[in-house]
Amino acid sequence: MARQEAKKDVVIVGLGWTGSIMGIELAQEGLEIVALERGRDQHTVPEFKYPNQIDELKYGVRFKNMQHPAQQTVTVRRNLDETALPYRNMGSFLPANGVGGAGTHWNGHTWRPQEVEFHLRSYIRDRWGEQIIPEDMTIADYPVSYAELEPFFTQFDKVAGISGYAGNLNGQIREGGNPFEAPRSEDYPMPPHPATYDSAKFGEAARALGYHPFTMPAGIASTAYTNPYGMQMGPCNFCGFCERYGCYQYSKASPQTAILDALKRYPNFSYRTHAEVLRVEKSADGKTATGVTYFDEATQEEVFQPADIVIMSSYQLNNVHLMLVSGIGQPYDPATGEGVTGKNYAYQITGGTTLFFKDEIFNPFVGHGANATVIDDFGMNQNDFGALGFIGGSYLFSGTFNGQPIRSMPLPTGTAAWGAAWKEGIGEWYGHSMTIATHGSVMSYRTHSLDLDPTYTDRHGRPLMRMTYDWNDNELNMEAYLTGQIEKFVDFLKPDAVARGHKLPGAHYDVRPYQSTHNTGGHIMSETPDTGVVNKFSQVWGMHNVFACGAGNFVQNTQYNPTGLVGALAYHTAHAIRTQYLSNPRPLV
Amino acid sequence: MVTFLRILGGLVILGVLALLAFLFVPVQRTAPTAQLPADWTPAPGQGEYVAIASDCVACHTAPDGQPFAGGRAIVSPMGTIWSTNITADKETGIGNWTLDDFRAAMVDGVTPDGTHLYPAMPYENYRLMTEEDIRALYDYLMHELPAVHAAAPKTELTFPFNLRFGIRAWNWLALSHGAGFKPEGRSELEDRGQYLVEGPAHCAACHSPRTRFMSQDGILATDRSFLTGGVIDGWNAPALRGPESAPQKWTLDELATYLATGRNAHSTANGEMGLVVEHSLQYLTDRDNLAIAAFLKGIDGAAVEVPETFAAITGAQPPAEADAAGAETERLLTEASPDMPLGARLYLDNCSACHFVTGKGAPGIFPELQANELVTGSETKPLISIILNGAEVQGTQKRPMNLVMQGYADRLTDGDVAELANFLRTAWGNDAAPVTSADVAKVRAEGVH
Repeated sequence: MARQEAKKDVVIVGLGWTGSIMGIELAQEGLEIVALERGRDQHTVPEFKYPNQIDELKYGVRFKNMQHPAQQTVTVRRNLDETALPYRNMGSFLPANGVGGAGTHWNGHTWRPQEVEFHLRSYIRDRWGEQIIPEDMTIADYPVSYAELEPFFTQFDKVAGISGYAGNLNGQIREGGNPFEAPRSEDYPMPPHPATYDSAKFGEAARALGYHPFTMPAGIASTAYTNPYGMQMGPCNFCGFCERYGCYQYSKASPQTAILDALKRYPNFSYRTHAEVLRVEKSADGKTATGVTYFDEATQEEVFQPADIVIMSSYQLNNVHLMLVSGIGQPYDPATGEGVTGKNYAYQITGGTTLFFKDEIFNPFVGHGANATVIDDFGMNQNDFGALGFIGGSYLFSGTFNGQPIRSMPLPTGTAAWGAAWKEGIGEWYGHSMTIATHGSVMSYRTHSLDLDPTYTDRHGRPLMRMTYDWNDNELNMEAYLTGQIEKFVDFLKPDAVARGHKLPGAHYDVRPYQSTHNTGGHIMSETPDTGVVNKFSQVWGMHNVFACGAGNFVQNTQYNPTGLVGALAYHTAHAIRTQYLSNPRPLV
Repeated sequence: MVTFLRILGGLVILGVLALLAFLFVPVQRTAPTAQLPADWTPAPGQGEYVAIASDCVACHTAPDGQPFAGGRAIVSPMGTIWSTNITADKETGIGNWTLDDFRAAMVDGVTPDGTHLYPAMPYENYRLMTEEDIRALYDYLMHELPAVHAAAPKTELTFPFNLRFGIRAWNWLALSHGAGFKPEGRSELEDRGQYLVEGPAHCAACHSPRTRFMSQDGILATDRSFLTGGVIDGWNAPALRGPESAPQKWTLDELATYLATGRNAHSTANGEMGLVVEHSLQYLTDRDNLAIAAFLKGIDGAAVEVPETFAAITGAQPPAEADAAGAETERLLTEASPDMPLGARLYLDNCSACHFVTGKGAPGIFPELQANELVTGSETKPLISIILNGAEVQGTQKRPMNLVMQGYADRLTDGDVAELANFLRTAWGNDAAPVTSADVAKVRAEGVH
């Protein structure tokens, strides 16, 4: 018999970005709220303090800030015929663990998807006809438009504290910003950062080649900043330890710098750490949730936490897993295409070309997670899908993200990978290179999905979740096209040597090298209950008191890093709960 | 000879009589400064607000203790003074006190049995409070606040400080000013500020110097030494007036922001002032914090312009550039020559990321080190302690973030800390006397508290 806690109005599963957003917005309504967090509590000091936190071996290589596979992992297969095996060593993607979630260890790239990405299927149908969509590609329109979300993007920009320069301000295109972005109602709350040498060099080349360079929008403070909750950030010092680390300097947008201390002041909010939610409990008729059952690490027992509203705000993979083990939504069957939960899992395609210059010094120890000059000239709304032979888009960018020596030793192709020759290569090339990289969209496909593994279980005896994913020709063709575009920069900049790291035609998904923690889909939004798990307000179809936040809502992945959309959707959901749901709890669609 | 002996004898008798009178004739209680109608009652919340503005909690609530139940140790040079239970409990608190008894404690520093309070209780300042506020506070303590049965430890100082009648003589010196508030009449808001500063908030208790008898030198706005700076428990309480006063250089908005949030574009409230913000000032109305700021800005006669609000959400706030006084240090740090002094190098490696080569920090979050009295003060323990142990500025309603600076005790030796402190005390035009490794060792040995 599980222990039972006193009933709350709201239980929040996972205290990262979306858990914190939902927490503070609903706390303002006076609701009694408890947040359950699997990991430890984390603060700028002492958990992220200098210099202990910027230990690349411990955190960058051994992932001590991340979810450990012994806690939770997935099994992976590339197609329906393979037997999935557990992801036992963290590589391709890095879910977090602890208060603040992945919001503590991200790089700070903060984007809004393009307008066309919200209605992608109709955009393609209207421009080229649906026949250009491959038969197994399951893309759809989002049930919410950019215009509907715009105020919530702006709200998230202000809360997170984003540095940048608007390229499209209320429809007016501004030199120096991204001319291809969707219109913004307000400029970024902080000015853009200065460029490092690589980033400036890329920008000059881009201008010369006729493109439209701009500074990456950064969840990294360029000045001191106070957000609408009164929370504060200090200006970044370009130490280069963002991704995989908590920021010791109050400079990176995170739940810690943007929300948590303000949230903890609400007497009607509390949170428990080392509390891993095992399942969402359903009412007898299955039409609502009654609360959640979690494992209390301290007492080593299961605890039932009753609540009127359940907010699922754990990492995308964990959210989908929790739905599958709780029986929320009909599980998706990739063989038949039936069901919804686990459908449309997608990812991000990335690659890079490194240019080496013998006589130029790049000071690669200077940078920050979102330090880059970017061009969006090959973005979704610039590409002629019909002529190019793929559906998608990507931005190209250059700029040092990290000054971390262990993992930042690029060498020209053909240099030895170990031993004396490798050392000699490092001596010759360290600090003499810049990288131009791609960051591209990934569409949804019938077989790309998440379901429960038939063989492997987690430490609580629950089946692991199984991921079925591989690269498709559509994305690989796009990457080949982008690699060709980068070659124009290579020709223009005339480096002494080059190393190309792009996925080639026929490439298969490899979980070992890090690619991105942009896992999306699985509890996608939809216009109708039969095509997705949640409605436009992130409310679960058929279980109106369960709301699911995060990138699991993405119908297909966008060409951008997900956090901007994740934040906007959370504010959109919070607003709907506050203005429509609380007064009359019911399905909002 | 006989005459001389007679005179001497007479003097001895007179002296003995005077001493007996001094010891046994009861102290005259000061009369109320206003006659309120018998049915006068405070406005709802008034008494609690007076308790907050007077920062009673600072002494009368022990760490993790029941509110106002006393038992907090106040360390003084004479020994430990234990704060008393001021809840309405009849045995251990003040439940048997009449309003006149209570007023006598606030105004004259005596308890109902005639015992003199130690002047850790700032009756030098509280005696300026209005009769309305004293009554509202009494009403709150007697009728609103839950009574707590808890005997606070008895204060037992060593000889001669255990002889409380000595305080009677001290009071003749310290209480030369009459009871009740006399506004200067500058403006309604500044008068309100003057009242709070002089009376309940008892700012002079720390920010005025002390006479050689340890009474406050400067209690009223009209006193020359009023708020010209003092020392409290090893912390410099900066001058709040005069050309050398750092807070006087802040805008009125910045001053009010500091009071309400413990931080502003220049500085943070640490140590004793941090506690004042935490327990008292953050809970004052915006108007009262503006009033205090307006009074202080106008204290030397300047005209003040009062903004509508303060600490409004301001979004981006770029850090300040170095000024002329800081230019040379900025150049030294920017050039970062390998042969620069150790203190400067330690600053670059450990401090400059937040406080910058300009020493100007970043507005609202990382305090200025240039012309910061915590850095340059006569009292060096706070600076050393913050380098070693870090510091925390508690979140407040307007600025909820707990701003924590980490400590460097595990990273810097005593010698390093001394070098670093001495760099800070002479950088950007700062000009303060050096500290030694021995000073650092002493602070390190004391640990965090």
